[in-house]
Amino acid sequence: MCTYRTEIIETKGSGKGTLAWTTVDEATVYFDHPVHAPFAHSINIDFRNTALTNGERIALELEPKSALKMAQTILQLLKDTPIEITELDNVIA
Amino acid sequence: MPYDAILSETVTISGHNGDNLEAYLSRPLDATLRGGVVLIHHIPGYDRQTKEMARRFATEGYIALVPNLYHREAPGQSPDDAAATARNLGGVPDERLVGDVKGAADYIKNLSNSNQKVGVIGHCSGGRQTFLAACSLPLQAAVDCYGAFVVKSPPEGAPFTFTSLIHLTPQLSCPLLGLFGKEDSFPSPEEIEELDAELTRLGKEHEFHSYEGAGHAFFAADRPSYRPEAAVDGWGKIFTFFAKHLS
Repeated sequence: MCTYRTEIIETKGSGKGTLAWTTVDEATVYFDHPVHAPFAHSINIDFRNTALTNGERIALELEPKSALKMAQTILQLLKDTPIEITELDNVIA
Repeated sequence: MPYDAILSETVTISGHNGDNLEAYLSRPLDATLRGGVVLIHHIPGYDRQTKEMARRFATEGYIALVPNLYHREAPGQSPDDAAATARNLGGVPDERLVGDVKGAADYIKNLSNSNQKVGVIGHCSGGRQTFLAACSLPLQAAVDCYGAFVVKSPPEGAPFTFTSLIHLTPQLSCPLLGLFGKEDSFPSPEEIEELDAELTRLGKEHEFHSYEGAGHAFFAADRPSYRPEAAVDGWGKIFTFFAKHLS
């Protein structure tokens, strides 16, 4: 099925595309059919520099269990790192 | 031995608001008058798989034309990047889609071997857009392959501008063939039943087939959703339907 479910979030960071590093200030996150990954559905993330208009993105297609593991790992890392470094409180992993 | 040749090429057509659009044209090369098929690409874009379908229609004797619906936002981008760009911008507006399909149909009719009959077909998002085009333009046949959001609107929070199309059903201009998977959720079997009932109530010529053991995208030969029995039977039904209405 096509879920069409799409979330767009602001990001602050950088990513490396096919040619070079670039600022990524937006991410599109969606659960839908992948283009390349051999699954019916995947969590797809497109990191983008919105100043670029050539369509360049840093794209990921993750099988849902991998996406969940990735999300949990990120949360755990943020939780375990001292607040003085992350400047985040109340991280729930 | 009959002459057996097709030509496939990228052309420029005039789409909605007169915008120049890239399009993929595939057609038999003989002088026989032919029916035309506007092939609406799916959400993943103006891709290799859609162009393969266009060539298949040409080998079956139709003039096939695929407008690149993402050409405005993403000229020259690879199909997957263009699809991502279009998704990020909220998808293709319905009004623009209708204008682009009209432009494609007009282009076909202006070809010297057009018989002036044009059908439309689409899969997934293209299935919904097929229904939209067939309710908005004078066409001779339409094939909706598992188009979602014809009966129901997208889920809350989805950043898409489109809504359901069921209110347009009285304007359906041509016979409709619908091919669906019984294991699909978008559209669900209940939605198909509702659309079937509405078409029947309005006296609209239609023919629906829902395949056991098939879900969404059962025509997609290089995806895990591919179901050969449903796809082979479905292709047969498409060609029977177009032969009846576009000859």
